[in-house]
Amino acid sequence: MAGLHKSEFKNPVINWVDTRLPLFTMMSKEYGVFPTPKNFNYFWNFGALAMVNLAIMIATGVFLAMNYTPNTLMAFDSVERIMRDVNYGWLLRYVHANGASMFFIVVYIHMFRGLYYGSYKFPRELLWMIGVVILLIMMATAFMGYVLPWGQMSYWGATVITNLFSAIPLVGNSIVTWLWGGFSVDNATLNRFFSLHYLMPFVLTGVIFLHIVALHITGSNNPLGIDVKSEQDTLPFHPYYTIKDSVGMCVYLMVFACLVFFAPNLLGHADNYIPANPLSTPAEIVPEWYFLPFYAILRSVPNKLGGVLLMFGAIAVLFVLPWLDTSPVRSAKFRPLYRPFIAVLVVAVVVLGQVGAHPPEGIWVVLGRVATVYYFFHFLVLLPLLGKLERPLPLPESISRPVITRGGGGGPLPSGAAAKPMEKS
Amino acid sequence: MSATAHTQTAIPPHGPDASKRDFLKLVTGAGAVIGVGALAWPLIDSMNPSKDVLALSSVDVDVTPIPEGQAITVVWRGKPIFVRHRTAAEIKAAVDVPENQLIDPATDASRVKAGHSQWLVVIGICTHLGCVPLGNKPTDPRGDWGGWFCPCHGSQYDTSGRVRHGPAPANLAVPPYNFASDTKVTIG
Repeated sequence: MAGLHKSEFKNPVINWVDTRLPLFTMMSKEYGVFPTPKNFNYFWNFGALAMVNLAIMIATGVFLAMNYTPNTLMAFDSVERIMRDVNYGWLLRYVHANGASMFFIVVYIHMFRGLYYGSYKFPRELLWMIGVVILLIMMATAFMGYVLPWGQMSYWGATVITNLFSAIPLVGNSIVTWLWGGFSVDNATLNRFFSLHYLMPFVLTGVIFLHIVALHITGSNNPLGIDVKSEQDTLPFHPYYTIKDSVGMCVYLMVFACLVFFAPNLLGHADNYIPANPLSTPAEIVPEWYFLPFYAILRSVPNKLGGVLLMFGAIAVLFVLPWLDTSPVRSAKFRPLYRPFIAVLVVAVVVLGQVGAHPPEGIWVVLGRVATVYYFFHFLVLLPLLGKLERPLPLPESISRPVITRGGGGGPLPSGAAAKPMEKS
Repeated sequence: MSATAHTQTAIPPHGPDASKRDFLKLVTGAGAVIGVGALAWPLIDSMNPSKDVLALSSVDVDVTPIPEGQAITVVWRGKPIFVRHRTAAEIKAAVDVPENQLIDPATDASRVKAGHSQWLVVIGICTHLGCVPLGNKPTDPRGDWGGWFCPCHGSQYDTSGRVRHGPAPANLAVPPYNFASDTKVTIG
């Protein structure tokens, strides 16, 4: 393998570098001419958006950390100082806090895309599993970040979430003490959360790199869920999808900007502007919105260990999803039975989100239990059965020639392209 | 465009639309650069002094307790400020030096406020590499010119805070200040 790379770049400087370290060749191969299915819809923007979001989070986070003090006596005040005294500190903090929400919006849509179009199926099982790892790291990072301002919700959120581990039989309490570094959430806890909150995004970056490497081995799925058969089915990534991603990014940035500039505290809780008080729990502890469905599952089970297990199970089930779904057809477009059920799953998750935001009384308990049951029923019972019961619609023979010509196959084809027989280019 | 023409260049670079396309590319590129610049500025500016730091930019000093011949150190913007009550002999020594003997020529009058020439106010940071010179305490060495002596690399300053012996290249800086009254100095 030793030996210089034969670079095709004309520019002498780029050529010199590329000969010794073929980064330019790699970027051109993976993001320039990379053959990409030509029928992507806007759901395929969200991976790129998540990358942009991570970059924004790291950039704002690094500068916030320059002004933040991870000490129980000073953390809250240092955040208020960022809001009032640091140049553009308010902007950095609001972008970072709302950036977390945007990140979960983007990633949840990205995951829905995967569920709807069967992106987790052969040969992309590992790609999907790495994605679930990314979700877990994101959740841990977001949780620890929320603790840092050391408001009431920070403190009590940290207390409640770390106490989940006390449900583990025998060693639970020892583990919680270890997590805290003491006998309650205190300075040691805040310090380690800050350290880990700063570390995790870089771990995340590494895992995302693996996610992308795996993606570029298998190639992207597409709205039809069928394999790329020939070069006619693809477009070079640049300029086609760089431009399409840019369009989506503009919309994403507009939504982001609206949140930051017009409703920066919409998704937060007023209680977190009260400094942490270890002697007084707020009347209602609610996690950030992106954790609400999982929180609702936790509360739906009238048993401590059971609730914790089911909550973690809600994510664990995603790990084995590629083997739970027995249907060989990827895209829900061709799965008449799966399609309504995926809609029901979305409704169930939204309901769980609402349940999580309300006190566990009356109708909310019932709704929470029904939705929880459906969530697990969907993955553990329906998906294995559907593959056997369902009769999929006929699949198009290729991306360039969908059998469904009306109602959206691969989008409108240029006249002549479909009529002409395929030719090797 | 047929589905086959997508290998390297989908659009001929110098077709009839070349100038329009170039224009669109330039506008898009410029928009992206301006956008990224606008996003980067808040990050960069957040590293500038914050409002609470700027708010500490002036201090009041009561000079009544400083006996003749002695000096105190006060902190202004995190820096030591020397406020020295000079004796008549020290003032005379500072005034009498011919300017051509100075490394960084400056009259004594230009370094004090008129009518308050017994008070010398200078930033106590050696102009060589930023150490704090000795000479405020009675036990400190004051160097051959009776001002300050920097322990780091041996620079010496006279009773007007002017450098008399290297390696420092310049006189001790005079901060912006004024006398709010005969006994109160406002620095900053």
